[in-house]
Amino acid sequence: MSIVQPGAAPLTSLPLRAGISLKSGHFQDVLDSQPDVGFFEAHAENFMVDGGPFHHYLSRIRESYPLSIHGVALSIGSETPLDIDHLNALKRLLDRYQPESFSEHLAWSSHGDIYLNDLLPVPYTQAVLERVCEHIDQVQSHLKRRMLLENPATYVEFAASTMCEATFMTEVVQRTGCGLLLDVNNVYVSSVNHHRNPNAIIRALPLAQVGEIHLAGFAEQIDGAGDRLLIDSHGSRVDQAVWDLYAFTLGLTGPVATLLERDNDVPLLPVLVAEAAIAEGLLAKAAS
Amino acid sequence: MSEQAYFSSALLDPTLSVPAGLSTWNGSDPASRFSVYRNNVVVSLIDALADTFPVTQQLVGEEFFRAMACVFIQTNPAKTRVLTWMGASFADFVETFPPATSLTYLSDVVRLEMLRVRAYHAADAHPVELQIFGQALADLDALAGLKLRLHPSVHLLQSQHAVWSLWTAHQGILSIERVDPELAQTALVFRHDLVVEMLNLSMVQGHFVRLLLAGEGLALAADAAVENDPLFELGSFLAQLIRLQLITSISSKGN
Repeated sequence: MSIVQPGAAPLTSLPLRAGISLKSGHFQDVLDSQPDVGFFEAHAENFMVDGGPFHHYLSRIRESYPLSIHGVALSIGSETPLDIDHLNALKRLLDRYQPESFSEHLAWSSHGDIYLNDLLPVPYTQAVLERVCEHIDQVQSHLKRRMLLENPATYVEFAASTMCEATFMTEVVQRTGCGLLLDVNNVYVSSVNHHRNPNAIIRALPLAQVGEIHLAGFAEQIDGAGDRLLIDSHGSRVDQAVWDLYAFTLGLTGPVATLLERDNDVPLLPVLVAEAAIAEGLLAKAAS
Repeated sequence: MSEQAYFSSALLDPTLSVPAGLSTWNGSDPASRFSVYRNNVVVSLIDALADTFPVTQQLVGEEFFRAMACVFIQTNPAKTRVLTWMGASFADFVETFPPATSLTYLSDVVRLEMLRVRAYHAADAHPVELQIFGQALADLDALAGLKLRLHPSVHLLQSQHAVWSLWTAHQGILSIERVDPELAQTALVFRHDLVVEMLNLSMVQGHFVRLLLAGEGLALAADAAVENDPLFELGSFLAQLIRLQLITSISSKGN
């Protein structure tokens, strides 16, 4: 049974279908073949350029598909202030394309003016909670829209943390009014890396505020003790364990717009479309 | 030093110890887990440079390129959140990178590849319609006062090396054995429709374009070019720029 109350204001206007990442290598193929997917998700920073093919193709693809714009460089978890130039660039992009959804990460990726290009972890403390909420308030008021915040995949934890990730995310969502981008692969990766129960983590998250789900593949290593260490690589198919956790999640939330993420070793377009079709099958089951 | 200040320094400097305060469920040394972050940062930034500079990588080989890129990333941390531009200062680095100084042409190949990226993502602009050219060029009295604006994607590289030939040879169009890297060349980089193209300009054509790009009027640029090389053919070169749709405005001075 769904815990999301019917009639609640939607967090995004993405359709309750499966979408795929928009990769530049697929631009022409998308226009030519018009694949039957629910939406495309584009990384904001790739389109922070003046003109040329990226805007040419995104404007045409946007005419035919719902669009999610997903930022990776805002560094909401940063100790240092948000980059106003970057926020302005985001605003211009969102004004231009009017996407159905905008999302970012619970992570930091820059320190001062140095950009690190990775989604780095934060300790879950009151002080960090307040800083993250201030940053999200600033983003939402600057962009004049609600955003979705994505739960991270992490490889270390902090001794200083005073609450669990689900409690932290719940507090953020309640205080700022942002929605949750529930990355089911990240939940699975972190639960293996920190030896927790993924189903319990899912249950503890603010599921009524989920506006989108992400699914992706992971890579596998071992840590210093020889235990499994999963890496959120976005470079392979979704693992069966993550499909199972996704089905479990949909059982609690009902159908949610779902993205199949692929950023590395990107296959041909039909491979991504076929993977989205698997998610659509599970979405249909959850709706019935 | 704040937590994130140290964390970010340790990501870029493998000689620094792992940040304090990290914990693991099984009590394992957090070093191997922290190295996942180190690896993500360095590899993703090297990959971004490899995407931007494919010919540079072919010239020096993948292993050398990635080692050079790694030193660049660690000593010149990225200052842009848009990866497309993170190679903007790579040419200056390569020029003074001791293991690469024997390849005197390498930094200009890097510059050329960065200009190709700039041209690819440059703003869109409509070319001047032929009819407007006809009218402007018909009025001989006004000709001297005309100012041309070039497409935002137009970039110029005046090199002491054969950058155009070196790049072209790596597209399978020209045999690398026939390239003399010490030959000075001027490359004009621009986007036509959605594709980045290049022309191998004569030195005087390069001189002329540089003056136009600097905002000089047509007459001044043409006079300077002819002074530089009396054989400069203004008409045919202008016709070529028009045909390539690289002139986006034509105005008389003061307008």
